[in-house]
Amino acid sequence: MSILVVAEHDNSTLKGATLNTVAAAKAIGGDITVLVAGANCADVAEAAAKVDGVSKVLAADNAAYEHQLAENISLLVAEIGKEFSHILAGATSNGKNIMPRVAALLDVAQISEIISVESADTFKRPIYAGNVIATIQSSDAIKVITVRGTAYDPVAAEGGSASVESVASVQDAGLSSFIKEELAVSDRPELTSAKVIIAGGRGMQNSESFKMLESVADKLGAAVGASRAAVDAGFVSNDMQVGQTGKIVAPDLYIAVGISGAIQHLAGMKDSKVIVAINKDEDAPIFQISDYGLVADLFEAMPELEQQL
Amino acid sequence: MKILVAVKRVADANVKVRAKADGSDVDLANVKMAINPFCEIAVEEAVRLKEKGVATEIIAVSVGDKSVQEQIRTALALGADRGIQVDAPKDTQPLAISKLLKAIVEKESVDLVIVGKQSIDGDNNQTGQMLAALAGMSQATFASELIFEDGKASVTREVDGGLQTISLNLPAVVTADLRLNEPRYASLPNIMKAKKKPLDVLTPDDLGVSVAPTLITVKVEPPAERQAGVKVESVEQLIDKLKNEAKVI
Ligand SMILES: Cc1cc2nc3c(=O)[nH]c(=O)nc-3n(C[C@H](O)[C@H](O)[C@H](O)COP(=O)(O)OP(=O)(O)OC[C@H]3O[C@@H](n4cnc5c(N)ncnc54)[C@H](O)[C@@H]3O)c2cc1C
Ligand SMILES: Nc1ncnc2c1ncn2[C@@H]1O[C@H](COP(=O)(O)O)[C@@H](O)[C@H]1O
Repeated sequence: MSILVVAEHDNSTLKGATLNTVAAAKAIGGDITVLVAGANCADVAEAAAKVDGVSKVLAADNAAYEHQLAENISLLVAEIGKEFSHILAGATSNGKNIMPRVAALLDVAQISEIISVESADTFKRPIYAGNVIATIQSSDAIKVITVRGTAYDPVAAEGGSASVESVASVQDAGLSSFIKEELAVSDRPELTSAKVIIAGGRGMQNSESFKMLESVADKLGAAVGASRAAVDAGFVSNDMQVGQTGKIVAPDLYIAVGISGAIQHLAGMKDSKVIVAINKDEDAPIFQISDYGLVADLFEAMPELEQQL
Repeated sequence: MKILVAVKRVADANVKVRAKADGSDVDLANVKMAINPFCEIAVEEAVRLKEKGVATEIIAVSVGDKSVQEQIRTALALGADRGIQVDAPKDTQPLAISKLLKAIVEKESVDLVIVGKQSIDGDNNQTGQMLAALAGMSQATFASELIFEDGKASVTREVDGGLQTISLNLPAVVTADLRLNEPRYASLPNIMKAKKKPLDVLTPDDLGVSVAPTLITVKVEPPAERQAGVKVESVEQLIDKLKNEAKVI
């Protein structure tokens, strides 16, 4: 088996999702090559070479790859990937954008968000918002796969000593161009890798009251998340949404505040180790999956929590 | 501008679908079916583009057995002009679906395809990207805003870090995210009118596409169940439990 892992990065740092993806590649077994496609991304290639279990790094450094435009990157990945038995990327917004395109170019299926490797051709993945787990077997020559990060503990970022080879091929489809980016800046940990998350829902009523969650988050070193209702209502930004169509998280502790517990929200957080729900409605469905439930008005409970921590 | 929207028939978003006890399939007996929520958003966006005078015609297509005509009629009631059912097995996979859509895109000379970002049954998140690759078109996934100017589409996308805006050459494929718009309800007169709108039926053979799958589902099973825990009486007790029992803070 030979596995190509497409690195997740921002041209300067290698993102944690890559380490979870390499862990899945190890579960398949075989030689692991990491592709770093970007612009002025030599630091990333160097970091990837140190990742435990990686035997080779391919660095495709060109302006055409700077913004991870799907049309360009997918041509490159398909070209390089045809020599491999498996092509893997994290199930991040970037991985989801690129990998189906890669699969179609190679005329094979794509397997989304695997949570387990049963064998080199058989994988488990959640369907129906995680209410059903399907075991899927592929007869394609090349398996193109995205990996759900929360299902795999990251491999060590240090310890490897892979060779770095540069890729000469430049794929510029000329179909799309980057205009701008508005990225959220925060000193708090990233949602998908945070050990503790405190998330607010429609019950928060406005963006002002999310400050209560932020103060608690700062005391716990936590990330702040939200339900779709809170995002739709404009309380917080879209990158904070947890759920079937938002981010999938599995921290040690997830505190849901003013969140009812719809199927689509649970899909994103029910694999958390310990779940706490704070809700004034004692029949809220979120209590059915919570380890600790507190029936209370959040506007009283949150200041108390902040004070007592 | 001619727009193609792809709509999928799925179990209603409010239904908690379960695996059958023998693990052979999911249990959809007596389950309410609906148009995939993301597809509804795709249709709404197309209709708004027509209302703004940007689009001239909207074709709604669905791949599946005869029952998907119901979802095509819903799209027609929401404002699509005509429908196409591609009569294929209901579990046809994204690669085959995108090949069928590509054939229709070429046959109809479509300028813009809007699909949902994800079907809520298979949670695949693939079809739009695959179609774009096969047809050599530009793509913008997870769209939350779509603007046309100077023969290009400027699309804002919901990405992990926040928002990204890209510019697409046409023809293009856009996949709709939840915040692209809020779909309208179909009015009764429009539901009546939709019954008279044209709906063609094509087969994969007509389109020259093989729909044979390369993935098989070996089995389905329920996820690990979580047990409900305890209710605590106060914030103080909660903190005590988290510190001393769960040991997570
Ligand atoms: C296709 C699709 C995809 C979706 N994807 C997602 C997704 O990814 N993530 C997601 O979260 N949702 C998603 N949803 C939406 C989901 O179905 C729910 O609508 C949403 O999760 C509800 O958010 P909520 O719990 O914050 O709001 P509500 O359901 O309105 O619940 C608010 C809760 O706050 C409580 N509350 C109110 N005031 C107080 C107070 N003062 N003190 C304490 N408690 C209070 C109430 O008792 C209630 O339980 C999706 C829906 C669809 C159809
Ligand atoms: N059987 C189908 N018929 C029509 N459109 C489909 C079908 N399957 C998927 N699509 C389209 O592709 C989108 C993404 O689906 P998926 O790739 O399955 O997550 C859906 O929202 C639809 O717009």
